Amino acid sequence: MSEPMPPSLVTSPPSSDPTVGNALEADAQEKRSHDKPRGLLGDAWRDLRRKPLFWISAALIVLFVLMAAMPFLFTSASPSDGVLSRSRVGPSADAWFGYDVQGRDVYARVIYGARASIVVSLASTLGTVLFGGMMGVIAGYRGGWVDGLVSRLGEVFSGIPFVLGAIVILFTFNGPGSNRGPWAIMAIVVASLVVLTWPVSMRIMRSSVLAVRDADYVVAARAMGAGPGRIIFKHLIPNCLAPLLVYSTILIGSFVGAEATLSFLGVGLRTPVVSWGIMINEAQNYIRVSPFLLFFPSAFLVTAVLAFVMLGEAVREALDPKLR
Amino acid sequence: MRVSKRAGVVALTTAVALVAAGCSGSDDSDTGKGSGDTANGAITIDGTQPEVGLIPANTTETGGGKIVDFLWTGLVQYPNDGGAPKNAVAQEIKTTDSKVYTIKIKPDTKFHDGTVVKAKNFVDAWNWAAYSPNGAQNGSFFSDIAGFADVHTEDPDGDGPKKAPEPKAKTMSGLKVVDDTTFEVTLNAPFSIFPTKLGYSAFMPLPDAFFSQTPEEFGKKPIGNGPVKFVSWQDNVEVKLTRFDDYNLDDKVKIKDVTVKMYQEDTAAYNDLVSGTLDFQQQVPVSSLAGDKWKADLGDRAIEAQIPVMQILGIPIYDKRFQNANLRKAISLSINRQEIADKIFFNTRKAATSWSSPLAPGHTDNDCTVCKFDPAAAKAALQAAGGFTGELVLYYNADASHKEWMEATAQSIKTNLGINVRAEGIPTFAVFRQTINDHKMKGIYRAGWQQDYPDVENWIGPLYVTGGSSNDGLFSNGQVDKLYKEGTAAPSVDEAHAKFADATKIIDQEVPAIPMFEVTQQSGVSDRVTGVKTTNVGEIDLSSVQLK
Amino acid sequence: MGRYVLRRLLQLIPVFFGTTFLIYYLVWAVPGDPFAGKCGERPCPQSYVDFMTEKFNLDKPIIVQYGTYMKNLLQGDFGQTFGGRQISDLISDAYPNTIKLAIVALIIEAVIGLTAGVLTGLRRNGFLDNLVLVSTLFMIALPIFVLGFLLQKWLGVDLGIVKPTVSNPPSFGELLMPGFVLGSASMAYIARLARTSIAENRRSDYVRTAIAKGLPMKRVVGVHLLRNSLIPVVTYLGTDLGALMGGAIVTEGIFNINGIGRQVYRAIVTKEGATVVSIVVILVLVYLLSNLLVDLLYAALDPRIRYE
Repeated sequence: MSEPMPPSLVTSPPSSDPTVGNALEADAQEKRSHDKPRGLLGDAWRDLRRKPLFWISAALIVLFVLMAAMPFLFTSASPSDGVLSRSRVGPSADAWFGYDVQGRDVYARVIYGARASIVVSLASTLGTVLFGGMMGVIAGYRGGWVDGLVSRLGEVFSGIPFVLGAIVILFTFNGPGSNRGPWAIMAIVVASLVVLTWPVSMRIMRSSVLAVRDADYVVAARAMGAGPGRIIFKHLIPNCLAPLLVYSTILIGSFVGAEATLSFLGVGLRTPVVSWGIMINEAQNYIRVSPFLLFFPSAFLVTAVLAFVMLGEAVREALDPKLR
Repeated sequence: MRVSKRAGVVALTTAVALVAAGCSGSDDSDTGKGSGDTANGAITIDGTQPEVGLIPANTTETGGGKIVDFLWTGLVQYPNDGGAPKNAVAQEIKTTDSKVYTIKIKPDTKFHDGTVVKAKNFVDAWNWAAYSPNGAQNGSFFSDIAGFADVHTEDPDGDGPKKAPEPKAKTMSGLKVVDDTTFEVTLNAPFSIFPTKLGYSAFMPLPDAFFSQTPEEFGKKPIGNGPVKFVSWQDNVEVKLTRFDDYNLDDKVKIKDVTVKMYQEDTAAYNDLVSGTLDFQQQVPVSSLAGDKWKADLGDRAIEAQIPVMQILGIPIYDKRFQNANLRKAISLSINRQEIADKIFFNTRKAATSWSSPLAPGHTDNDCTVCKFDPAAAKAALQAAGGFTGELVLYYNADASHKEWMEATAQSIKTNLGINVRAEGIPTFAVFRQTINDHKMKGIYRAGWQQDYPDVENWIGPLYVTGGSSNDGLFSNGQVDKLYKEGTAAPSVDEAHAKFADATKIIDQEVPAIPMFEVTQQSGVSDRVTGVKTTNVGEIDLSSVQLK
Repeated sequence: MGRYVLRRLLQLIPVFFGTTFLIYYLVWAVPGDPFAGKCGERPCPQSYVDFMTEKFNLDKPIIVQYGTYMKNLLQGDFGQTFGGRQISDLISDAYPNTIKLAIVALIIEAVIGLTAGVLTGLRRNGFLDNLVLVSTLFMIALPIFVLGFLLQKWLGVDLGIVKPTVSNPPSFGELLMPGFVLGSASMAYIARLARTSIAENRRSDYVRTAIAKGLPMKRVVGVHLLRNSLIPVVTYLGTDLGALMGGAIVTEGIFNINGIGRQVYRAIVTKEGATVVSIVVILVLVYLLSNLLVDLLYAALDPRIRYE
């Protein structure tokens, strides 16, 4: 019996598929007016509360969010005013992380850099995942010409070189001399990152949807008269979320780098706004003499991404019906 | 001018590590490694892919300019140490009034195709370059010569639908061939520095073969009259050159073959240099300059040389905010150049102390009084100017490594004047340059100037005289114009230099731009070669190279 | 199946025109006069600008420029760069190197990523799992420049095991180090995607059945588990191939590989529409075909997916 399992074995019988059970239950509950729903989210939350992984990562993220919101709580030094005479002075009691080439306090810059880094990468990831994921669900579920259209559109967008798209979009809305505030620039940067990266999310989501769209529980739901909206949100998304969620948590890290590339090209964030990506880029020329300039922002970046990956992992395990 | 383009091209190669030309490596196994036989020796040096075909009058960037300099020898040559030019192909250049020049060339020099270099090869080449429908990048270099306006017309509405009118003539009336070895040049007005200009690549001769094929064809297989001749060109990979055995001027090369290997990234070339597969790198990368690592890596294979390049801050005088000379003075005095040179450039640049490069004949030391760092005087000058309101932005092109020093400069002004200053990058050199050309800069901007020919005139005329080709800030001062004119019309170079020095004194009061740094070049050689020297613009002097 | 492939191939046509026009338009919209920066720190002579503008039709409306370009392209003429070089030469010089590099990178990232993914997926939350997670995240956090620079310096200069830069054309052996650097950023994705799928499918009924049947673990993992877990990984690899080819700018620079990344970047900045489009069009075709291949692989990997 070296043949792969026939489809009937592959898909789970209804009794072992909690989604279907949940869906049925939820249906019943809705009719019973609003009791305390013990649906997907309720289950997930009960599950999460028991996981140390969740609490560690959540604590880290709260810390980073606090840093982004109120950097002055963590440091009194200025992230943008440098004194050139202390250029590239290493870590000491005065400046824990040392000073950068302009003589600015690296610790203060890392703290203040959290805001732009986290806001841009998180918002871009959310945007890409929501938009790309939705497109992927639609393409995978509907198939036919809708799939063709969305997929081909995705291919057109993936064909645009990142640098070209970014330069054109950002130059148009954020050219030199346009006096926009840091938040407006961040919004433009996020929008351009989303526009240029959504096809990958779309493809990943589409592939997972393709794999389960004809599964027994979906067929069963359809047979019981569930509309497309219900099938998508109650059945497809919970079952297909895993790969996209995994992809997106790591994507947060990549976006920090992408944002820095844009700043370096002169179309992204501007001085005095600082981000980890900008710091990492600035450190490159001094990698041989002052590696600490590279180390600290990278360490913060890795820690932040790690926190998001762990949180994503915990949430996914709690949400994913297959892992119960 | 090649020079300035350097600013653009270097830009492209360094910073973002993104731009420039293409490139890959060639196998160096055929370079005769280890042989002490100089006469049959071969070396590999670094370069970048030339942007256009190799025609001297149409090459303004460093990648192609370097190879053009190897392939051609002009009427005069500039000594490596930057002094006054010496005759090369020219036998003698005579004038009585600085307006009509009689140029006699050596009778027996040859092009690489074996034909003799005649007076007509110069005249034809210059006429070709000046004739506007040929679209040569260096076309405007001939504007001194009588009859230029008849061969060079411009599109009246820029990029609009109208076409430039057909020029009235095909040749300039100011150029006359007297015999095979003599020709006469008549200028529009007296210009004492004209002979110095003749070593610039725009003034090179072209062989008869040039005129019997298209410029594109010629540019791919150029025929020059220099110490090495062209062998082959593999795009983005390498250009191969070999010794021209019929060459009979002083700067004969001793080695046989030269391969110019194209690199996209100076760090790649540097690692090849350190590991011994590259024999010469003209400028080692910033990452190896930090902490003097390059000296540790290379030891006695490190070469440092001053080149006639200065970094300058341009000021948009057309902007009302910058019309007060006291404000410009205040900004200049508030910049701690020495500290920036020390911390950002690791002392590979020197704080500027004068308005021209020390390598330019006619240069005066310390003639820039506003170049010193004096925060008290700066504050006083700012007060005299009535302060500065709003934000002062320093612009640079983000496609080259200018961010660090421009940010440090902004910080220095901010700290010492107490005004709001920040540095901002403009994505590409093209946009940066276009904004400058269109006189739309909204703040101070970086500039770099490499002299086209060694004379202090080149540090004044194009930059600070009304209508000068690179007077981008539209500075205009009657006295400067007058003294400059008197200088160019002076009967001798010494008298000219005296007038230029007077003009500089006024410039120093007016501060039309802010001199920042004198540039030095850090090169490296492999352990196979010996005696390597660099030319006045920092390129390798091929005639100096010997194998160990 | 045959009809599905045919239909997909027919869809290439509108995508081809859509992409080429979009990219042509974007390049045209890049600000800056392409000839403003050509003459260094002084404006170019107007005669030169006029000459080039006319030679490359830049004074015509964008739609006319695009039409002319397309007409020539369909006759097999890619046109010229501003430097007077045939774009077709540029493509035939650079593309083989880029494709080689991308394939090497893809293989390296797939092998390392999958191995790590399978090992960690089978034993989640162990020491190895955490080690893989942190180390792959570091590769994402560090710019590609840093990894490339360090490897080149260490292996190429200090130890002298390999040549710091590649020769032209590069051999596969020489491309191992650049390929590893280029693929490093994607390893984290592949490892995580594979790990998640494996972990999920490990509890599925067919695996339980296979184990219950007494099949050896090797076979369960190799045949049943891996095959069914490959879909997200293959999807990602399919989208990554295009990204590896077009996005190798930095890697090409570090190791001096004559590839298209640098050419595209240079052409974008100098606004050479024809060059950008010619190079990118091929990239898009590769993209389309690799996605088609991936879609077909779905059916092979998962019997539940069928194309009619």
